[in-house]
Amino acid sequence: MNFEGRKYVLIAAVLAIALIFVLRLFWIQVVDDQWKASAASMAERKITDYPARGFIYDRKGRLLVANTPVYDLMVVPREVKDFDTAAFAALISVPVEELKLRMTAARKYSIHKPSVIEKQITAEQFAAISVHLHSYAGVYGQSRTLRTYPPRVGGHMLGYLSEVDARKVAADPYYKAGDVIGVGGLEQYYEEQLRGRRGVRYVLVDVHNNIKGSFKEGRYDTLAVEGKDLHTGIDLDMQRLGEQLMQHKKGSIVALDPKTGEVLCLVSSPAYDPELLVGRVRNTNYGILQRDSIKPLFDRALQAQYPPGSIFKLVQSLVALDEGVINVNTSFACNKSLVGCHNHPTATSIEQAIQFSCNPYFYHVFDRIVERKLDKKSRFRDAALGLGEWEHRVRSFGLGEKPKIDLPSLKGGNIPGPAYYNRKYGEGRWAFSTIYSVSIGQGEVLTVPIQMANLAAIFANKGWYYDPHVVRAVGHPDSVQARYREKHIVEAAPQWFDHIQEGMRRVVAEAGGTARRARIEGITVCGKTGTAENPHGEDHAVFVCFAPMEDPQIAMAVYVENSGAGGRWAAPIASVLIEQYLTDTITRPEVVKELIETDLIAKEKFFRKKPKKPRRR
Amino acid sequence: MSARENVAANLDRPLLVMYLVLLFAGWANIYSAAYDPDHAGIFDLDKEYGKQAVWMAISLTLGSAILLVRGHLFRDWANGIYAVVIALLALVLLIGKEVNGAKAWFGVGSFGIQPAEFAKYATALALTRYLSGLKALIDFRSRVISTAIILFPVALIMLQPDTGTALVSGAFILVLYREGLSGNVLLLAILAAFLSILSLILKESSFDLPFTDRPLSGPLFLLMVIGLIAALAWLVVRNMVIKRLRKRLYGYIVVGVVSSAVFIGGVDYAFEKVLAQHQRDRILVMLGQMEDPQGLGYNVKQSQTAIGSGGFSGKGYLDGTLTKFKYVPMQSTDFIFCTVGEEWGFLGTAAVVILFTVLILRIIQISDRQRSRFTRIYAYCVASIFFLHLMINVGMTIGLAPVIGIPLPFFSYGGSSMIGFTLLLGTLIRLDAERLSQLR
Repeated sequence: MNFEGRKYVLIAAVLAIALIFVLRLFWIQVVDDQWKASAASMAERKITDYPARGFIYDRKGRLLVANTPVYDLMVVPREVKDFDTAAFAALISVPVEELKLRMTAARKYSIHKPSVIEKQITAEQFAAISVHLHSYAGVYGQSRTLRTYPPRVGGHMLGYLSEVDARKVAADPYYKAGDVIGVGGLEQYYEEQLRGRRGVRYVLVDVHNNIKGSFKEGRYDTLAVEGKDLHTGIDLDMQRLGEQLMQHKKGSIVALDPKTGEVLCLVSSPAYDPELLVGRVRNTNYGILQRDSIKPLFDRALQAQYPPGSIFKLVQSLVALDEGVINVNTSFACNKSLVGCHNHPTATSIEQAIQFSCNPYFYHVFDRIVERKLDKKSRFRDAALGLGEWEHRVRSFGLGEKPKIDLPSLKGGNIPGPAYYNRKYGEGRWAFSTIYSVSIGQGEVLTVPIQMANLAAIFANKGWYYDPHVVRAVGHPDSVQARYREKHIVEAAPQWFDHIQEGMRRVVAEAGGTARRARIEGITVCGKTGTAENPHGEDHAVFVCFAPMEDPQIAMAVYVENSGAGGRWAAPIASVLIEQYLTDTITRPEVVKELIETDLIAKEKFFRKKPKKPRRR
Repeated sequence: MSARENVAANLDRPLLVMYLVLLFAGWANIYSAAYDPDHAGIFDLDKEYGKQAVWMAISLTLGSAILLVRGHLFRDWANGIYAVVIALLALVLLIGKEVNGAKAWFGVGSFGIQPAEFAKYATALALTRYLSGLKALIDFRSRVISTAIILFPVALIMLQPDTGTALVSGAFILVLYREGLSGNVLLLAILAAFLSILSLILKESSFDLPFTDRPLSGPLFLLMVIGLIAALAWLVVRNMVIKRLRKRLYGYIVVGVVSSAVFIGGVDYAFEKVLAQHQRDRILVMLGQMEDPQGLGYNVKQSQTAIGSGGFSGKGYLDGTLTKFKYVPMQSTDFIFCTVGEEWGFLGTAAVVILFTVLILRIIQISDRQRSRFTRIYAYCVASIFFLHLMINVGMTIGLAPVIGIPLPFFSYGGSSMIGFTLLLGTLIRLDAERLSQLR
């Protein structure tokens, strides 16, 4: 049988179906408008919810950083219809030409993705604009928040917000071009906690851009997670007073609660108003601040490395006592041919040595630490052994390495050990005579102010400290950060600290002490002045202290650059701040006034580099 | 080597070109359907288009390899391939990965293999081999055997269960018809379909019995109408037909009425007891018996909206919005045609339909020019399979066919189906290339 003809059945069926399909497609795609209307009624839009960034509070719950709402105007070019450019330009107060450029740029970027056409419109301005937005299809406002700093203090410590750079966008998929990110300070260090997590919503909008509800009951949405608040140990009153006292001066103040390691105030001067780096004015102001010759953006409290000067004698004393190379009644004559000194009676105890800050005394102390006669054949090898033991002990004071504080970009100073000098001079090519200036905290020893404040806390606690930290708790005020509950014990027995504290008390309280200006009626302040040698001009003054002696509540380091001796400016500044913190009062307004009005930066210009006295024997 | 034996020279160029066009157009379309403007890497293996590119490379390799296989081997291996696929279908029921309630997948990492997609290839080869050994499909025995060849894999696929893929085997009815199955079978099938649709449409309605208040259910009403027609026919036969034919025609009328009654009852029973709820719902939606835009008709409504919104010339490549944000369910698999409709408009959809039509007609034409019975029947199988896929897949996206989950060849996302269709076409091209040299 021949079924040849049956193939025409299939051919006919194929042609018939094809014809039916094409007709049907023509009907629904070209003739029937029902489907287009239905499509228009369900255009969806992806809306990004930026969660509010967390607030930052001081130790008494007062706001240091908060948020203020602003709006970005977004445009989706493909949805733009019958756009009256001139009217719109007038509405948002942008020149017509500029607006045209931005619209072109938006189209170039993508016609179906939203672009920003005007950034950071304040809430009041947006209220006026938003009532007209319905006549501009394809344009809508997206809210975001800017930072605001009610007390306008702590710029360095708090950091600021900036747009992410391309490198960060490439490295971290969370960020998209145009997002903001914390830069510097707490904003950078706690970026992830503060920012929370961005959410995405898909909503249905009609042709007039009105939101008609969530798309598929929010099946594809992700909820935004609010940013967490930071509860710091900062005392706002003290921070504010500290910044006032330091104005017109270069330097820094770091105050700690010795019992917890919480930072009470962190001042770097010259400071800047944090509001300068918010929003549209940020870029302009940043440039100005960056070009300023007095470097207001430089955070001296964390990044300026100075030789510790005489304050290092306290550490030398502790190391020597603990090693047993001296006792509390060891006496050395003030032999100025070894190293220069001022006129004072001979120190017959460690307390007196501290009180008089006798340079030759500590020359001998460091000599005994370094030359232990552990290796009798070579004084070079002997020095390496002695210095190695010394380095280990000094590092236990939190020196020579970056503090574990919760702030980015800080320096760690330098504690020169045998390895350091071997690199510098070569092994077996240095001995005590090469490095003796370390004995009085000069030479290669470097510290940053935060380390010096921590040193004060160690003296106050008699041998232990918690890592200094700004933020006590993240999120809930009581959720104290666990990593700052780890106690560090210093390599020096507590009994030696009694003598150090007594020496420090005398520095402030007794005649002949260098810091009598730090005295406060009714509070026993312990302190030590220091001078950081400055090859470029007047030396930098340091004052390290804690109070009250009986039950220390505050430990502090004050640096005033180019001000000569520590007692002149640094000690009274510390004194005023201690009184403010402990009693919440200021009993010497005339002192405060004088300190605030003193302008050391203006005087700086007249300083000459003073000739250096030769210090070799 | 004579021109007759030069296989490379005899490869069917139009078919090859159409295959490649479909393959690349399909991929470009998947790229658009899964396109995410924020992450636009072409070979991102986390994305469907990235994986599809890998499948495409595999398909092209396999397709080229199959062109090197000597034609007679397909015939020799037909039953072997059939047996292997049957074994795989059985195996997948035991150790397969369950996706969307069907145990249909062998998983290899994030890539999956769906053996059911190879069943049509294996069945086509085995059926062709059996039919090519016969003169014509006229005796009872050969009908039973060829039906068995078709239904064996169908049964295994139904067990997964994957009704859509199983239904594709309906295409082989066209092959059987071409090879001699009585046209009455086709006619009866169409009649049966007509009757079942009618009974289902009337199922939920009820009619008042004329001149009384008694309600009558839909199927009963249908039976009554059939009875009336039968009575009319009886009158016609009695008065207008010569006497010696009357008896036979009375018989036909009785058989017709009885079998109709049984069939309507059977449809009712099958509908209620055999089909699952979602299948019942799909059928009712397609028949217009259920109007529920956010529910079951949702797929079809969304898909037509997406296609309709494309207009005459479409929104432009990558610029479709409805097929981006998952408006259309299964937008890169079963409903991929929506992306074509939205982005390329009527010009695009018509082009795709016409391209497939030309492809099928070309295969029929190739079938015609064979001296080899094997190649001729095989080509016919391929044409029928493509036809069924086109009819059902495109039909469902434009609301002309029930929603049955089968892919649009080369367009729908999925490696198994792409490889399956590549095998079907590759084998045909190789067999056809030998049309002048060997006789099988």
